Amino acid sequence: MDRKLREKLLISALGWAAAALIFFPIFWMFLTSFKTELEAVATPPSLFFTPSLENYAEVQARANYLRFALNSVSISLVATLLALLLAVPAAYAMAFFPGRRTKDTLLWMLSTKMLPPVGVLVPIYLIFRDLNLLDTRTGLIVVYALINLPIVVWMLYTFFKEVPKDILEAGRMDGARPKQELLHILLPLSLPGIASTGLLSIILCWNEAFWSLNLTTAQAAPLTTFIASFSSPEGLFWAKLSAASSMAIAPILVFGWMSQKQLVRGLTFGAVK
Amino acid sequence: MAESTSATATVGAAPAGRSRRRSRRDVNTLPLLAPSVIVLLLWMIVPLGLTLWFSFQRYNLVVPTIRGFAGFENYEFLLTDPALWTAMVNTLLLVGGVLVITVVLGTLLAVLFDQDFFGCGFARLFAIAPFFVMPTVSALIWKNMLMHPVNGLFAWITKGLGLGPIDWFADLPLTSIVIIVAWQWTPFALLILLTAIQSLDHEQKEAARMDGAGPLAMFWFIILPHLGRAIAVVVMIETIFFLTIFAEIFVTTSGGPGLASTNLAFLIYMRALLEFDVGGASAGGVIAIILANIVAIFLIRAVAKNLDA
Repeated sequence: MDRKLREKLLISALGWAAAALIFFPIFWMFLTSFKTELEAVATPPSLFFTPSLENYAEVQARANYLRFALNSVSISLVATLLALLLAVPAAYAMAFFPGRRTKDTLLWMLSTKMLPPVGVLVPIYLIFRDLNLLDTRTGLIVVYALINLPIVVWMLYTFFKEVPKDILEAGRMDGARPKQELLHILLPLSLPGIASTGLLSIILCWNEAFWSLNLTTAQAAPLTTFIASFSSPEGLFWAKLSAASSMAIAPILVFGWMSQKQLVRGLTFGAVK
Repeated sequence: MAESTSATATVGAAPAGRSRRRSRRDVNTLPLLAPSVIVLLLWMIVPLGLTLWFSFQRYNLVVPTIRGFAGFENYEFLLTDPALWTAMVNTLLLVGGVLVITVVLGTLLAVLFDQDFFGCGFARLFAIAPFFVMPTVSALIWKNMLMHPVNGLFAWITKGLGLGPIDWFADLPLTSIVIIVAWQWTPFALLILLTAIQSLDHEQKEAARMDGAGPLAMFWFIILPHLGRAIAVVVMIETIFFLTIFAEIFVTTSGGPGLASTNLAFLIYMRALLEFDVGGASAGGVIAIILANIVAIFLIRAVAKNLDA
């Protein structure tokens, strides 16, 4: 028994050491955000200091954090909803009425995700310019829904496949039409799967940097752009940068932590039978 | 029966099989699939067509007077430019390097976090955190606070060890970016592989233990074979994202020094937005798309095998 306890202690130490090591950069950034600029660049690094909220105040004074954050929230949510709206019927059709081309369609959708965005940046930029979509939330929402659509379809497909066919079959016997079947039987049954798909999509939207940096400047700019504006080389402002970064990642980190049970269960992409 | 109502619009009815089977086939799936397929098709074909068109044009936004058909000029210029080959090699090194690190570390961490230890739920929260951090922020943390040659924490540590500071982004630019990206994506591998390990049959593990299998044998003969499918999925999804890495380079090295950390995505970006050469950038885009498709064919073949659930 004693040996077992010692083993468990050892594994605990190992597990916590690994977790601490992985988390350290985030912790360090968070710590730095409460230092003065001088303390932030000090070597040896200062561990004992009087924490102040001054950096946060200064960041807020320089850029309107709330506007960027609201852009991030609204763009991520609406784009995710749009992607789900498009993907649910498609995944339903592929999972329950597979035809000869179903697999090819699914793989083709995934392959569109492999196109490097830079490959199509120029035409999209020019099209957006002509449609007056540059620096609009609508523009980013459309782009985000499209770039996440293949992954969303795939995840939903794997979840739908796990739903026992007999249940749907029984509903069909009772006269349920496909639409009713989808809305009243399948959706309630696979709600956890849909939730974790949505979660992943929101996280991906929130953190997307390529399109937001290239297609927005001010009005529709989400938090990724907000951070980029602090990274410009104007000397060392690490404390302010840390404060801005903490503000940019805090919402999604808390959100991710709260929903991690869903995520852990959901992020399988059919990898687990 | 219900089938008769849903069978009004039939697409390619299956040959007489079991009636149960036919009832599944007889639903018109077109309206369900069409929205997704059409928007993706538009998203792919319209820009692709335009990119292809521009790639054969003389089109520089700085000198708008020079326009016209360029033939293969843009391609010739690009393909004879050594920068393209450097960028291609860098792209492959970046994808390969990060894949190896994240899969190996992810597997080891998944085994560790599968154990029941004190506060393992909380420890796991901390371990998956980097996945939620946006690439621009993580690149900035690593660039400034950790890898900075003068004030960074790593410099302080290596100096303390008597090694002297390492100028990460000047001396090891690509390695630095690999480290940053691996840090961000190891939690993702951990999440998927952990779920896969936890789906492993407990009786099977117990039986192996009864037969006297040590931890190493357990890992090698029971856990690792079980993870094959999950690892394939991790490799596939990560490759999709790694082929197009941009923000990490944009924030840290801007592709430099020289071209040492320029991948294909960044090369095209430099051509398009810094040199305003729409024609040249588009030709680069076409090449990037071709390269991505070559990789995709291999990957999708591998994953397709795993898809017949």
